[in-house]
Amino acid sequence: MEVQSLEKIIAEHEFFADLEAYYTALLVSCASNVRFEAGRYLWHEGEEANTFYLVREGRIAVEINPPMRKPIVVDTVCEGDVLGWSWLLPPYVWKFSARAVEATRAIALDGKCLRNKCEQNHDLGYEMLKRFSQIMNRRLDATRVQLLDLYATR
Amino acid sequence: MPPDEKEAMIPEPWEVRRVTRETPDTFTMVLEPRNGSRGGFRPGQFSMLWVFGVGELPISISGDPSQDASLTFTVRSVGPATQALTGHSVGQELGVRGPFGAGWPVEQARGRDVLLVAGGIGLAPLRPVIYHVLRHRQDYGRLILAYGARSPRDLLYRKELAQWARLKDVQVLTTVDYGGVSWRGRVGVVTSLFRFMRLQPARTAAMVCGPEIMMRLVARELTTRGLAAGDVYLSMERNMKCGAGFCGHCQWGPHFICKDGPVFAYGGIAPLLDRYEL
Repeated sequence: MEVQSLEKIIAEHEFFADLEAYYTALLVSCASNVRFEAGRYLWHEGEEANTFYLVREGRIAVEINPPMRKPIVVDTVCEGDVLGWSWLLPPYVWKFSARAVEATRAIALDGKCLRNKCEQNHDLGYEMLKRFSQIMNRRLDATRVQLLDLYATR
Repeated sequence: MPPDEKEAMIPEPWEVRRVTRETPDTFTMVLEPRNGSRGGFRPGQFSMLWVFGVGELPISISGDPSQDASLTFTVRSVGPATQALTGHSVGQELGVRGPFGAGWPVEQARGRDVLLVAGGIGLAPLRPVIYHVLRHRQDYGRLILAYGARSPRDLLYRKELAQWARLKDVQVLTTVDYGGVSWRGRVGVVTSLFRFMRLQPARTAAMVCGPEIMMRLVARELTTRGLAAGDVYLSMERNMKCGAGFCGHCQWGPHFICKDGPVFAYGGIAPLLDRYEL
């Protein structure tokens, strides 16, 4: 099996498409390879948010835990997706829980490390915000459609 | 009224031969004619089902178009008429008119990949296309089904979904709006499935059925991904009464949904979809 460098994996991930190599090198110093067994929680709602993940393989459920009820999965994140943006915005707290539905491989990026780099290098910060804004926009659109509860009527 | 038109308005007696519960509120009913006639139809057509003493309902045919001895309907029980319909048991009688309407463009799609996008009970009118493509497998390219439902328990035809997914050159992708912790599949809107299929826009015909808002979003997304608006077909729904274009109840802009549709090419109806309160 070919062992890929973190730099190559990050550079080839859809989320960081066309990112200049200089920035990729900055990201690598905050990155690590991680694995999660099926059923393991990556984090729980309310915990400090200091990481995000580039998912390479597997599936992760984003859950909300209503009181007196079982958790509800409101989104799933798969290969090629990015998981987590609460690390980017104060108060850096997870709003939902995340659980591996299947064995999952990902690149973890240390949010604290990256925030520092973004503060020092605003071009990098702008790149990150542009890319995360697109993800937020897509998820907001999807959430609005889900709120319509379309399939209840037909 | 000319004889043909009179004929179209007279229901024929059909008998319920089988009822299958698909989900907590959705049932599939197989009907056979009592007068010995045959029940041929084209994928995408619908019949008017008369529940005696209650009323008449337009219901899409969800069965195999090669089986002309019976007609199959999948009905979601949402109001008094559909509750009365789904309350029928084996041996009871219904009035049937039709089939009516222009169906899915299965002939035009020959030689191409077929992408079906279904939302909720919108899978029912598309199931005949799946049967047709699988029966004439050599005439079509890849068959891709993207199916979104409200929750895992609302997924229709689960056994068949699993069977189809195992077939060569068939890709079945499902998603739900929300799931419980035991759900291991995808959660998200149906358009989120598009990135998991390797679409070849120039050689793909897309057929979309579900709530109108969903179809609008899907059609826009597909054209953004390179499909021609004329290659995306939607199944529309309005208040259909006569089923044959006489009464005008289902008029939608210049079209009668029952007669000119219910299937339309997105390219021809896109402006109507964006018009408020139409």
